[in-house]
Amino acid sequence: MIEVVTGLLFVALGSALGGMARFFVSGWVARRIGETFPWGTLIVNLSGAFVIGVFGALASTGRGWFATPGPWLFAVTGFLGCYTTVSSFSLQTLTLARQGEALRAACNVMFTLVLGLVVVALGYASGRWWSVLP
Amino acid sequence: MSARRSEMLDRAVLYGYIAAGSVIGGLARHLLALAQHALLGPGFPWATLTVNVTGSLLIGFYAAITAPDGRLFASSRQRQFVMTGICGGYTTFSGFSLEMLDLLHHGHALAALIYLGSSPVAWLLAAWLGLLAATRLNRLKGT
Repeated sequence: MIEVVTGLLFVALGSALGGMARFFVSGWVARRIGETFPWGTLIVNLSGAFVIGVFGALASTGRGWFATPGPWLFAVTGFLGCYTTVSSFSLQTLTLARQGEALRAACNVMFTLVLGLVVVALGYASGRWWSVLP
Repeated sequence: MSARRSEMLDRAVLYGYIAAGSVIGGLARHLLALAQHALLGPGFPWATLTVNVTGSLLIGFYAAITAPDGRLFASSRQRQFVMTGICGGYTTFSGFSLEMLDLLHHGHALAALIYLGSSPVAWLLAAWLGLLAATRLNRLKGT
């Protein structure tokens, strides 16, 4: 029981930080690049996918910080879980499609899914490489 | 209070709303994952699919019902609390991508393909259904 409660605390703390980080980064990107295409959400999701790949690889070694439940709940379930988002992606893609920007909507879906898979694999490979360093 | 200070305070309050919404969303997502683990065990990532679909439904519905022509008034802070905070924190793309990689690593190529193919369709369909439901409610007479 106590483990579940501390787990919830770790998740809550990571969530608060992750949600604020997403708002900050996506707003910063939108101001820099413009808001006709949802670059902010794309960049947040791709950077989050890369980092979760790294952490996943570090945890898979079965030792170190990320192989323990607390840090995983804080950094992955909480922070990265809230840092990345699907709801904004869905709403923004739908908005593009409804504005007649079918090509932009399709590009957003393709970029997000294809590049998302590529970067999570790259992150995982980097994490593995990092974890075998002496 | 100077204009600059009050602007900074506004910004801090907005971040507070987003943090609070994210905690609600993140905890809900975590509890759903725990429930899946207890009931179904690990396997196909139903919990993440569920949060991403229901979160997309909610954001589509809320965005339309609180739009300028919607029947529910919400301040800009309330909208950020629900959409950026709760919906944003509840749904996750990083979790989705790591689960895809895990399925591939464990040789579940078919499950990975089904997960990859069905997810975007289900997310977008859910957001669209939410929007459609709110638009119909907006058109109803009375308050």
